Amino acid sequence: MTVSPLNSAVLRTSLPVLFGYLPLGAAFGVLFSDLGYHWLYAAAMGLFIYAGAGQFLAVGLLANQAGLMEMAVATLLLNSRHVFYGLSLMNRMQNRGWRKWYQIFGLTDETYSLITATPVPKGINPGEFHFSITAINQFYWLVGCTLGAWLGSQLEFSTDGIAFVLPALFMVLTIEQYKHLQDIRPFLAALAIGLGTLALISREHMLLIAILLSLSVLMMQYAARRRSNIMSSKAMTSEEDSK
Amino acid sequence: MNDWNTFWYLSSVIAVLAATTFFTRALPFLLLSRVSNHPLLEHLGRFLPPIVMVLLVVYSFKNDAAMSVDFLPELACLALVAGLHIAFRQALLSIVGGTAAYMALVQMGFG
Repeated sequence: MTVSPLNSAVLRTSLPVLFGYLPLGAAFGVLFSDLGYHWLYAAAMGLFIYAGAGQFLAVGLLANQAGLMEMAVATLLLNSRHVFYGLSLMNRMQNRGWRKWYQIFGLTDETYSLITATPVPKGINPGEFHFSITAINQFYWLVGCTLGAWLGSQLEFSTDGIAFVLPALFMVLTIEQYKHLQDIRPFLAALAIGLGTLALISREHMLLIAILLSLSVLMMQYAARRRSNIMSSKAMTSEEDSK
Repeated sequence: MNDWNTFWYLSSVIAVLAATTFFTRALPFLLLSRVSNHPLLEHLGRFLPPIVMVLLVVYSFKNDAAMSVDFLPELACLALVAGLHIAFRQALLSIVGGTAAYMALVQMGFG
């Protein structure tokens, strides 16, 4: 059997995602099967939603019996980072038509970092390369979710405490965000807001209110900074005038 | 629960989550790029993701319904995750290490 240069490059490039998505997808599946639903639903989530953190959050929301509206808003806010991924990819999008929209659908954290960090190998069409990477990554994820949910409903071993993958995943993402931003202030502010709302409001509703609070703080900060910029530029022009 | 009720409930949950997830990924492609470099969006794009992550840690922290008031094991394992990740920066190792430790503690009767 021969493997085409495209396929071998795609397999090689996506290998780290294979090792990440199989166990992480399986953890999602096991967690999901603890809710008592059929494993086919876990597969459907991997197929139609295809979001790592988003699907873990969905398990938490399902366990808390959150409403559809609350689920939509929480998912929207959790995935709001993807808006800013898309922005940087916009000018590099090689595919057109349904391939383009599939690639946008499959723009997970891992696919985004593979596509932006890997140079396209020589002699390979960039559009096909990026499309295939997106598709094979979703395949790994789908296999992980399905296997985990199926095993979780078959196996007898105790899964008590496996829900901890969720805070662990978010902890890792928080540290990654810090390495990227190198500024401790938003983290401390968020911790204060998070613990404050947790203490004052019920846990089911704290997330939404805490995010809205943070959003308004950021907007006020932006407005204040803008005003002081206008003031300082005015001050500069008046200084120049007086000269 | 009735199978059809479950089917409709989960189908609507999946449809809503699929639509919102796709929406966030497609938004910049739907809007034009000239909106994308508005300074307010840049400000939010810079600071909103780290804030959301911290809030999610707090939110998911006491997710386990079976958990007692004693949250020390959870706190210790969260610190283990952070320590592993700062030391090795291998996401999988940090997550699996912390979760395995937490599962062991819970199943030994702590937490």
